[in-house]
Amino acid sequence: MNDISVITLNNVVKRFGKQTVLNHVNMQIYPGQIVGLIGPSGAGKSTIIKIILGMELADEGSTNVFGKQMPNRRLLGRIGYMAQSDALYESLSGRENLQFYADMKGLNKRSSDMQIMHVAQVVDLTSSLDKRVNGYSGGMKRRLSLAIAMLGNNDILILDEPTVGVDPALRRSIWAELKKLRNQGKTIMVTTHVMDEAELVDEVALLLGGRIIAYSDPYSLKQYYQVNSIEEVFLKAEAINNAYNVNY
Amino acid sequence: MRIMSITKRVTKELLRDKRTLALMFLAPMFILFLMKLVFSVNSTTSVNIATVNVQSGLVSDLDKVSHIDTHKYSLSKANDALKNGTVDAVVRYKNSEYYVTYANTDASKTNATKAALKSSIIVNNMGQLKRSLLRFQSQVPQVPEKTSKSGAIKIHNKYLYGDKDTNFFDKIVPILMGFFVFFFVFLISGMALLNERTSGTLYRLLATPVKRSEIVFGYMLSYGFLAILQTLIIVLFTIWALNVEVVGSVFYVILINFVLALVALAFGILMSTFAKSEFQMMQFIPLVVIPQIFFSGIIPMDSMAQGVKFISYILPMKYAGDALTGVVMNGYSIGQIIIPILVLLLFLVVLTILNIVGLRKYRKV
Ligand SMILES: Nc1ncnc2c1ncn2[C@@H]1O[C@H](COP(=O)(O)OP(=O)(O)O)[C@@H](O)[C@H]1O
Ligand SMILES: [Mg+2]
Repeated sequence: MNDISVITLNNVVKRFGKQTVLNHVNMQIYPGQIVGLIGPSGAGKSTIIKIILGMELADEGSTNVFGKQMPNRRLLGRIGYMAQSDALYESLSGRENLQFYADMKGLNKRSSDMQIMHVAQVVDLTSSLDKRVNGYSGGMKRRLSLAIAMLGNNDILILDEPTVGVDPALRRSIWAELKKLRNQGKTIMVTTHVMDEAELVDEVALLLGGRIIAYSDPYSLKQYYQVNSIEEVFLKAEAINNAYNVNY
Repeated sequence: MRIMSITKRVTKELLRDKRTLALMFLAPMFILFLMKLVFSVNSTTSVNIATVNVQSGLVSDLDKVSHIDTHKYSLSKANDALKNGTVDAVVRYKNSEYYVTYANTDASKTNATKAALKSSIIVNNMGQLKRSLLRFQSQVPQVPEKTSKSGAIKIHNKYLYGDKDTNFFDKIVPILMGFFVFFFVFLISGMALLNERTSGTLYRLLATPVKRSEIVFGYMLSYGFLAILQTLIIVLFTIWALNVEVVGSVFYVILINFVLALVALAFGILMSTFAKSEFQMMQFIPLVVIPQIFFSGIIPMDSMAQGVKFISYILPMKYAGDALTGVVMNGYSIGQIIIPILVLLLFLVVLTILNIVGLRKYRKV
């Protein structure tokens, strides 16, 4: 790993009131990788993402993307983001939603038309593109949301729980698409609390108690903890972390 | 061209929301219609009358009528006083006949003047009463429309604004037009931005390279366009269906309402940042919207205590109300409404800056 990291979190501390959500988080994400950020609900996964995007400011530490200090508005043009909630304009059609975000990403008419066709195909929404979103099922909304994140000339994709509420067949095709994008050199950060998805990523970051308690590829992690699944890695790491906290 | 895309999107969403559209376009017409029915009954206020060459006996009789004050003037001074609103009517005695000109911006004052003058003349001419009554009755069919008689003495009535059918409703109509624009744009734009926040689309939007100012300006264009439409419909409805006379230029009326709508929009967006839900947004109505009615001029300002009057200077509706009343009732020219419009623009600039800065809450650049 001689490449320069695309996303760097340096000793990031984030507090909401008295609650310290992130407690000196360090992370380096290298290009052409799918990184899974794994942690129980409430661990602070979305908070890390918001700090990377510049929506929240860290209380301490620094965040760099492409070597530039975040927050930085212009860099957002190179980052595709899928929020945890669907966040769609319900009275607009799928196409109108895509067109709007393509405009926001600064795409010109020709490339936005092409990209809309492509991303719609990837998430299998081509046939319902002109239907209004308030007529979509939950799964369709999730797919449209993912399609929006893939619009633009992104070097980084940040997806907050992209596969929640998506059926297994589609989940598989989404992961296939993510791998394809990764092979094109894009860097992808995915959060999830579904442990079996963690088997599919290149690097796993375990977030617990406001810290990244493990950061490695799934195979090495399983070896290190001498278990057969990431779920067990997580449980073991959690137990050790708790014991450490008690002793401390 | 992100601004245009945002404008297009916001407008599309609005046009597809049938209930909101009905609220913006039909509700004002319905309320105006109801108000016309309700307020066509007049109220009483204190009235200033200028007298020109009227014999002192009649003047002192007039003065004795409660709510009436008289002032002696020369003819030209009297007319000036009437135009600038110092007096509500001018009574002139010439060749044994009375020529009365009413400002008629407040119909209740016009009616009070008429009643007082009539009764005073009657008291003054007791002697002629019996004779004239007989003649009066026999002459009724021939009495010309604009002339009435009290004890054989002719009174010629003239109106600066409107005619004898003008009433309280006509007086509040200009202000109401502005108020509807303010109220509905405030509420609907506030709700729209709140909805962007609670649904998460605002965060998603801010995760693109869009500038915060582009979001605010995009909203402004969209709602400005809507406000022009709304004003047109309200103005046309009041002119054609409710028979209200617009003395000045209809274009000025639309201009004032347009600027007011932008202020309302900026205000709505600002307030929405303090609300967590649509219900909390509704709670701003008694705090923010209702005071605007009190100080908009619907309730006469000269009856308010000095300190209370001061509050009105920080409320946009006061300036819009002044300008609208001026154009609709007194035919104000652009020179006479430019000050209130500039004040409204100042409100707009300040609120817009606050909004652009306020969006920092959701993205730190
Ligand atoms: N804006 C906020 N204000 C206060 N507390 C917050 C805010 N955002 C997140 N939190 C708290 O921070 C913790 C982590 O939240 P989050 O990052 O959303 O977790 P995750 O995405 O891992 O489920 C939670 O306890 C949450 O209540
Ligand atoms: Mg989350």
